[in-house]
Amino acid sequence: MKIIRFFLIVILFYTFSALRADELDKRNNITKNLRCLVCQGQSIYDSDSEFATSLKILVDRKIDEGLTDAEIYEYFKNKYGEWILYDPKLNKNTYILWFMPLLIFLLGGAIIFKKLKKKHN
Amino acid sequence: MKNKILPFSVMIIFGIIFFIFYKGLEDSKIYTPDVNTKKEIPVFNSKEFFSRENVKSSSIFELDKFYLLNIWSSWCVPCRQEHPFLMNLNLDNEVNIIGMNYKDNLKNAENFLKELGNPYKEIFIDLDGTIAIEWGAYGVPESFLIYNNQIIKKYIGPLNKELVNEINLLIK
Repeated sequence: MKIIRFFLIVILFYTFSALRADELDKRNNITKNLRCLVCQGQSIYDSDSEFATSLKILVDRKIDEGLTDAEIYEYFKNKYGEWILYDPKLNKNTYILWFMPLLIFLLGGAIIFKKLKKKHN
Repeated sequence: MKNKILPFSVMIIFGIIFFIFYKGLEDSKIYTPDVNTKKEIPVFNSKEFFSRENVKSSSIFELDKFYLLNIWSSWCVPCRQEHPFLMNLNLDNEVNIIGMNYKDNLKNAENFLKELGNPYKEIFIDLDGTIAIEWGAYGVPESFLIYNNQIIKKYIGPLNKELVNEINLLIK
């Protein structure tokens, strides 16, 4: 009997805290991905400016309304433009950013490959 | 010949990278949202400043009239600078100035208006700053020129003589 009660308490404890942590995680993830426009270079999560505190309230409200992450990002993107998101999407302004590492990697690979081939011969 | 290709290509790559970074230095790092995009005004509920009664956005903004929504606060120093311009703009009566009191102590805000005059036709309260975000604003002062429920132009920062002239031209 004691063991059952113990397990019940443990299970209750875990389900309870997991739910809260889940909600908090979602909120933290979203606010970490939003840029503070007042103190540029900081995320909303890190900032304590008037703008950031208001934005956090609004993110909480949107989560309560049941919006998904993507919908919340879209909402803020509509209000302030692409720049408010820390994760830039692939478009004509950012393709260099996305393909430069790949290009450098391929070039370096080609150089190494050539060198190795030369040695082999 | 073959030995020369490698240092040559390395130099070119460094040149390109240097060029990109150098160009990047010149760009402004301060981002401001686009001010010329036409957008529908948001729908919101708030409280009226003097009566503290609930007010809906649809009852404030009517069609076929020019409105200037001004976000202000008694603690905001630039708001003090721009206040005379709002008072002047109010004299012409061609544009209805609507005030949004942003994150303010209402007592201080009332004193602010008593001291400097009230150019606003209507004022509503934004206590937690969320309505300002609905509008796409991020600070005080900020002003929006509105016609037919569309934001025609957005002014970030305090209004000055040039901007008032521009507004007068736009509403003609």
